[in-house]
Amino acid sequence: MIKIENLHKSYQTGANSLHVLKGLNLNIKEGELVSIMGSSGSGKSTFLNILGILDEADEGKYLLDGVPIKNLSEKKAANYRNKFLGFIFQSFNLIGYKSAIDNVALPLYYQGMKRAERLDRAMQYLEKVGLADWATHLPNQLSGGQKQRIAIARALASDPKVLLADEPTGALDTKTSYEIMNLIQEINDEGKTILVVTHEEDIAEMTKRIVHLRDGVIIKDTPVQQKRALDYV
Amino acid sequence: MFDLERWEEIFETIRKNKLRTFLTGLSVLSGIFILVVLLGIGQGIQNGIETQFQNDAENRISIWPGRTSVEYKGLNKDRRIQFKNRDYDHIVRKHEDHLQYKSSLYRIWSSMVSYKEESGNFRVEAVYPNFQFLENQDMVEGRYLNHNDLENYRKVAVIGNKVKNDLFGKTPAVGKSVEISGINFKVVGVFSDPGGEREESLVAVPITTGQRVFNGGDNIRNMSFTLPPSDNFDKALEASNNFTADIEKQLKETHFVAPEDNSAISINNSLKEAKRIYFMVSSIKIFFWFVGIATLLAGVVGVGNVMLIIVKERTKEIGIRKALGAKPLSIVGMILHEAIFITAIAGFLGLFLGMVLLDSIGPMVKSEFLEHPTVNFQVAVATVIILVFAGAIAGFFPAWKAARIKPIEALNDE
Repeated sequence: MIKIENLHKSYQTGANSLHVLKGLNLNIKEGELVSIMGSSGSGKSTFLNILGILDEADEGKYLLDGVPIKNLSEKKAANYRNKFLGFIFQSFNLIGYKSAIDNVALPLYYQGMKRAERLDRAMQYLEKVGLADWATHLPNQLSGGQKQRIAIARALASDPKVLLADEPTGALDTKTSYEIMNLIQEINDEGKTILVVTHEEDIAEMTKRIVHLRDGVIIKDTPVQQKRALDYV
Repeated sequence: MFDLERWEEIFETIRKNKLRTFLTGLSVLSGIFILVVLLGIGQGIQNGIETQFQNDAENRISIWPGRTSVEYKGLNKDRRIQFKNRDYDHIVRKHEDHLQYKSSLYRIWSSMVSYKEESGNFRVEAVYPNFQFLENQDMVEGRYLNHNDLENYRKVAVIGNKVKNDLFGKTPAVGKSVEISGINFKVVGVFSDPGGEREESLVAVPITTGQRVFNGGDNIRNMSFTLPPSDNFDKALEASNNFTADIEKQLKETHFVAPEDNSAISINNSLKEAKRIYFMVSSIKIFFWFVGIATLLAGVVGVGNVMLIIVKERTKEIGIRKALGAKPLSIVGMILHEAIFITAIAGFLGLFLGMVLLDSIGPMVKSEFLEHPTVNFQVAVATVIILVFAGAIAGFFPAWKAARIKPIEALNDE
């Protein structure tokens, strides 16, 4: 599903050049649940941004479902993001003035779907994350865990090939974190490919494979025996 | 523009961001409102000034006799000058081709005008048919004096609105007979005059009849002329100056007046006056247009400013939308669409309120120098369109910039 070869990325800060990613190689197959671990500054967020076509690599190859991601126009990048990728952020990034269901329906708007159909689809995903009763609530009327569920429903709404989660539990307490991880595991069980960036050991252990990043290189890439979040809730 | 889904999205944004919408709209609304009121007042002042000076034809040249102030050719000073028909005829003959309207005037003093039981003291003046145009009189009913009236010494009269109302009230006057100092005249017309009541309390009779019936002999009190209008104001002024110089010289010779004597014959050339008024009116016009355009510019800057703030405020939202697959053009479209919609609605609302104010307050204003403050509707609509258009252009750049920023940068914006 994802194929990375010799990926490089550096940032220009004034006169200095900061080399963040120094030749990454990674292969992720369909249906995998992978966590990317590393301390802050290890380059894991940059890596995820490149995977999410929110940022572009300087050098190297990136194939997403067989499609080369290189020198895309803004329009094309937007199209790929919409079709291939679903984002889950640490700070949820819901649009404050839109109700839960409208937030979930937003990716479908950019697919050009009609409003009635959009809301119908959005409702299905709200049911899936167990928040159908909260459809008309605004984000600030919801708890952190509920917000993240809405964000997950939104990421799923466009039926993407890959879910990218950047510290999805970073802003949540332990119990809520495990509930969210349980939801992520369930989605993975249905066959969705998911990448989770985290620096929490217990969260990483709930995935099926852990990739360790340090100073811009992969130092360890090991499959793990998945711990089911449900056992801890 | 006709994408229904986009409209729904815009309406939702507007509904959910009432304060922002209100503030944006208010700045545009007040700008247009002030502009409309300003232009209205400018027009009002112009109207006021024009009415002040349009009692008579604006290029009218009037000649009045006075008393001599110096001895000349053995004649005493302080001698009264009396114009005669031949003075008038001479000027008309000599300048026939260059005159537009012409009339001499013989005034009948202390004349009682009456109809049945009603009577009053009004000015009675014996004139030529052209007098109507020299005085800017408009017919309300009937006709003015004509050539036949003069030829046949007919006892006919045209009366001003005030005379008509005082003597006849609401009953029609044309065809009735009025008595002027005991002599019957048939009313053939009623006129109005932009000079108002003072100018409308006048009775005009044919000069031939007037001189004969009221023992005027061949005396005339004054003469008035106009020269044909010219596109070039300076040329017109030059022509009228030449004309007045010539008749002044002519009259002074005929009446044995010293060339340096300025009190024996007075010539009033309205065109000189008109030049000052034109200058004043156009200065006022330019001033109000300047203020108006400055207001409009301030409005454009204001809209641009609001757009900048909106884009700044929505940077994160833009980042989210881009992460969810919004194309740059759809971001620009969304922001501009909303801005144009709000500025257009607010602009026309401001236009409407301004015009309502002018229409309701305007007629109540009773001032000599402010009359009928109105605004040209097309001009007003054009200014709204310019504002919306300029606002859209001013808003385009921040929107375009916002659409180009990388989603991660936008997302990190707090």
